[in-house]
Amino acid sequence: MSTTTLAPVAPPERPPSRRRPPSPVRPHDFGVADMGLFLMCVASSLALAWVIFYQLTLLSGAFGFLIVWYALLLTLYWIATSQVVDRMTATDRVVSVVVVTGAAVILGLLLYVIVWVSAKAIPHIDLHLFTRDQKYFVLVGHNVLSTVGVAHAIVGTLEQVGFAALLGVPVAVATAVFLNEVGGRGTRLIRTVITAMSGTPSVIAGVFIYSILIINHVLGYSGFAAALALFVLLLPLVTRTTEEVLRVVPSGLREASLALGASEWRTVWSVVLPTARSGVVTAVLLGVARAAGETAPLLFTAFGSQVMNPNVFSHPQSALPLQVWTNARSADPILITLAFEAAFVLLVLVLILFVAARVLGRTRTGSRRSRRWRRHDPSILGPFDLQLAPVSSDAPTEGGQP
Amino acid sequence: MTVDTMSPSYLADPDRIRGAGLATAGGAARLEARGVHAWFGGRLVLEDVHLTMERSSVTALIGPSGCGKSTFLRILNRMHEVVPGAQLAGSVELDGADIYGPGQRASDTRRHIGMVFQKPNPFPAMSIADNVLSGLKFSRLKPVDRHELVEEMLRKAGLWNEVKGRLGELGGALSGGQQQRLCIARALAVRPRVLLMDEPCSALDPTSTRRIEETVREIAEEVTVVIVTHNMQQAQRVSQYCAFFLAEENQPGLVIEAGTTEKIFSDPVDPRTLDYVHGRFG
Amino acid sequence: MHVAADDALVGVRPPVTPITVRTDRRTDDKIFRAVVRAAGFGSLVLLFFIGLFLLLRGLPALHVMGWRFFTRSGYQTLGSHPTFGVLASLYGSVVVAVVALTVGVPIALTTSLFLSEYAPIWSRRTLIALVDLAAAVPSVVYGLWGFFELQPNLVGFSTWLSQHLSFIPIFKVVSPPVTSSLFIAGIVVGIMIVPIITSITREVFSLAPPGEREGALALGASRSQMIRSVVLPFGRGGMIGAIMLGLGRALGETIAVAIILGETFAISPHILQHGGTTIASLIAIHFPSGGPRGIADLLLCGFVLFVLTMVINLVASAVVNRSRSGAGVEL
Repeated sequence: MSTTTLAPVAPPERPPSRRRPPSPVRPHDFGVADMGLFLMCVASSLALAWVIFYQLTLLSGAFGFLIVWYALLLTLYWIATSQVVDRMTATDRVVSVVVVTGAAVILGLLLYVIVWVSAKAIPHIDLHLFTRDQKYFVLVGHNVLSTVGVAHAIVGTLEQVGFAALLGVPVAVATAVFLNEVGGRGTRLIRTVITAMSGTPSVIAGVFIYSILIINHVLGYSGFAAALALFVLLLPLVTRTTEEVLRVVPSGLREASLALGASEWRTVWSVVLPTARSGVVTAVLLGVARAAGETAPLLFTAFGSQVMNPNVFSHPQSALPLQVWTNARSADPILITLAFEAAFVLLVLVLILFVAARVLGRTRTGSRRSRRWRRHDPSILGPFDLQLAPVSSDAPTEGGQP
Repeated sequence: MTVDTMSPSYLADPDRIRGAGLATAGGAARLEARGVHAWFGGRLVLEDVHLTMERSSVTALIGPSGCGKSTFLRILNRMHEVVPGAQLAGSVELDGADIYGPGQRASDTRRHIGMVFQKPNPFPAMSIADNVLSGLKFSRLKPVDRHELVEEMLRKAGLWNEVKGRLGELGGALSGGQQQRLCIARALAVRPRVLLMDEPCSALDPTSTRRIEETVREIAEEVTVVIVTHNMQQAQRVSQYCAFFLAEENQPGLVIEAGTTEKIFSDPVDPRTLDYVHGRFG
Repeated sequence: MHVAADDALVGVRPPVTPITVRTDRRTDDKIFRAVVRAAGFGSLVLLFFIGLFLLLRGLPALHVMGWRFFTRSGYQTLGSHPTFGVLASLYGSVVVAVVALTVGVPIALTTSLFLSEYAPIWSRRTLIALVDLAAAVPSVVYGLWGFFELQPNLVGFSTWLSQHLSFIPIFKVVSPPVTSSLFIAGIVVGIMIVPIITSITREVFSLAPPGEREGALALGASRSQMIRSVVLPFGRGGMIGAIMLGLGRALGETIAVAIILGETFAISPHILQHGGTTIASLIAIHFPSGGPRGIADLLLCGFVLFVLTMVINLVASAVVNRSRSGAGVEL
C-alpha cells in the first residue's frame, strides 16, 4: 500500500440508532442468597447455644454463652458454605467474619466505655461541678453532692497543660525543624532517641521531675512541676508528628524560597511552617489531648489537692485525672460520684481536643483540596483505589488529572 | 460430552494437572465478548466491544495508549472489578458460559483465564519453585510430581536453563526479563485455558522479548492467548488476529476494526487503522 | 600549567579537582541553626538525665538491699529490717503484659486487616479516626470502667475458668476471690493497647504493593489467600515492631492497673486470683510513703522500668526499620 497521504475520508457512520449504553453493574460474589445463608447460620448457632446452655444446662454464664455461640457460628458457617459453594470460599468467608468481629469488638468497647462513663456522670451534673471544689467535704458526715465540685481540678488541668504546651511546642517544633530542615550529624541518633522516649511510660516523666527538682527542694509540689513533667511527655510526641508533617511539605517550595535569596530560617519561618500550619496544629492538639489525660506524672509533681489553688508555681494543685484517681479510691459514695463526673468532664475535654485536631487538620482551602490530599494519603486508601490501579496506562485518574 | 468447566469438582479434578500438554479436558478455549462497556467512577471509558478470540489462537489488541485495551483485557478475567468504583456491562463467554453469569465466582474464572502483567510481579518472599507452584496452592490443586511440573513450566517459559541450579533462590533476585518469564511459568502452571498478557515485554530487553514471543508461539496451541501490545512488529510476529482500539478526544474507547493480522496490516478497512499501522500516530 | 615538551607524559593533563564551595552562612542563619541544633540535642540530654537521676536517687536503695533488690519483693521500707525488692512487681508487670498481648494482638490484627482490606472506602476515614480516639481516652477512664463495670462481668468467666480448666496451673485458684487479679488487669490493658498496634499495622498493610496483590488475585486466590500470601508477609516487620510497642506500653501502664489490682506481693502462677503488683502501679500507689528509703526504692524501680521499656522500644524501632514494610512507616 502506498504511503502517500490519502484524501481524508469521513469515518464510518456510527449506527444511526445508537442505543444508550446499558446500565453499569459491579459484579458481586456475595449476593442475597449468601446473606441469607449467613443469617440462617447465625440463627441456628444461637439456637444450638441456647439448647446447650439452658435446656441441657451443660454450661452457664453470659460470657460463656457469647463465646460458645461465636464458635458455633464460625463452624456452622464454614460447613454450610463449603456444602453450598466450595471449601475455599467457606474459608474465605469465615475469615471475613473473624476480621469484622475484631473491628466490631474494639469499636464496641470504645462505645461501651464512653457511654458508661457518661451514663454514670450525666444524671448528677450540675453547675456546682464547675464552681465548687472539695474544701467543704467532711470525711465523715452528711455530705451533699451540691457542696462539692471539681473547679479546682479543672483550673489545675488547664494551667498545667497550658504551661506544658507553652514550653513544649516551641521546643518540639524546633527539634522537628532541626531533624527535617537542618539535619546533619546526629539526626539519626536524635530520631531514635525521640522514638524511644515516646514509648516511655508516663509515670517515669513524673518520677524524673521529682527526682531532679522536688526531692532537693528546688521546686515544691506545684502545678509548674506538673507542667514540666507533661512537657517531658509532650515533647517526643509532638516532635514526631510535626516532623512527619514537615516532611510532606514539597521541597520545591523550599527551593523556590532559597532561590529568591531568602535565608534558611526565613524559609522555614515564612514558607515551610505556614504551609504545614494545619498539620502542626493537629500535632499540638493531639499532644495536648494526651497530656491532659495523664494521671501518673501528676502524682509526683502536682501531688493533688482538695482546694482551689490557682497559683501554679507554689503549693500542690489538683488536676482532673488526678482528682478522678483520688476520689475513685475513696470509700465515700459522694466522692465516687464526683469521680465519675470529673472523668466525664475529662473525657469531654479530650474529645473536644481530638475532634478539633481532626477538623483543623484539614487544609484551609476547603473540600476540593482535602479530597486531593485524601487520595494521596496511602493510609486510608484501599490498595486498588483509582490512583494506584490499573497498573497499565489505560485507565484515567479521577477528575482527569494527568 | 459437555463438561461443566466451572464446577468445583472439575476444578478439583487432579487429572486436569497430570499428563502431557498444558490443558487436558477443556484445552484452549474460545473467548467471546459481547457488548462490553466499562466505567471508572461513573465515567464511560470503553464502549460496546464485540470481539471473539478463537481457540488456540493469538489475538493482539493494538492501539495508542489510553484507549481501553488494558481495561478490556482486565474485564476478560474479572480483574476490572477489583478497582473500587469500576463498573461494567456486557458478557464474556468462555466456551459458551458467561463468566459474569449468576453464581460464577471471580476466583474460579481467574483460574481458567490467567494473566501476565506489564510489570513483572513474582512473589519476592517465595523461592522460584514456590512461585511457579503458588497458583496451585491457591486453587488447592496437587500436582502429581511437583518437580516435574516446575521443570515443565520453566521450560515452556524459556527460563529452565538459567535457573535450574537455583530453584531455591528467591523470586525477587532475578533480572526483569527472568522475572517476567517466571510470571509466565507461574501463570501456566494452573493450566489455564486462556492466557491474557498486558504488554508483557514493554519493560524488558530485546533478548527477553524475543524469548517471550517464542513462548507465546509455542503455547498458542494449548492456550488461547490475548496480548495487548504497543509494538506493531510484535503484533505481526506473534498474532493471527488483531483488534484495533481507539478513543477520540474525551470519548470512550472503541474497537475500530478487528480481523486477521494479515488483513489489518496490509489492507485495513478503516483509514484510522491504516494510519495507525503505518505509524502515523500513537 | 607548563608541561615540558619532551616529558613522557605529554598529552596527559593532571586530574581536575573540584573546588570546595564555601558556605558562608549569614549570622541569622548561624543563630537559627544553633538554636534548632540545641533543641535537637536537648532531647538527647534530657533522656540521659532521666536515666542518670533515676539511677542516682535510687542508689541508696541498692545500698540498703544490695543485689537482693532484684531477688526480693515487698515494700517494707521503714523500721530496722527493711525488705523491699522489685521481683514481684517485675513478675506482675510481665504477667499483665503477656495477658494484654494475648488479648490485644488478635483484636488489633483483625481490626487493622479490616481497616486496610475489608472496610468500604467511604467509611475508612471515620473508622480509623474512631480507633485513634480509643487511644486518646485517658487511662484513668479505662481504669474506672475496668474496675466498676468490666470486672463484675468477668468474675463469672474467671470462676468458670478456675472450675473447669484448673488442670492448667495458671487457671487454678488457691485463694478464692477472683477479683482484682492480674488477669482482669491484663484484659483491660490489652484493650488499651489495641489502638496503638492497630494504627501501625494498618498503615503497614496498606503499603503492600498492589502489583503483587493483583498477581495473587489473577492466579485465582481468594481475598483471604491474597492477604495471607502477599499482605501478611510484607507486613511482618511492621507487625512485630507494632507488637513490641504494644508490649512496651503494656509494661508501663500505671493507673488502670493500679485501680484494678488489689495489691499483694506474692509471685504465683495463679493469675486468676486476687492480688499481684506491677512496677508502675507499685510506684503510683506507694508514693510518697515509705520514708527516704521508700522513695529511693520507688526511684530505683522506676529506673528498672525505664531501662526495660527503652530497650524494647529501641529493638522495635530497629526491627521495623530493617523490614520491607517499615521503610515508609513512622513508628
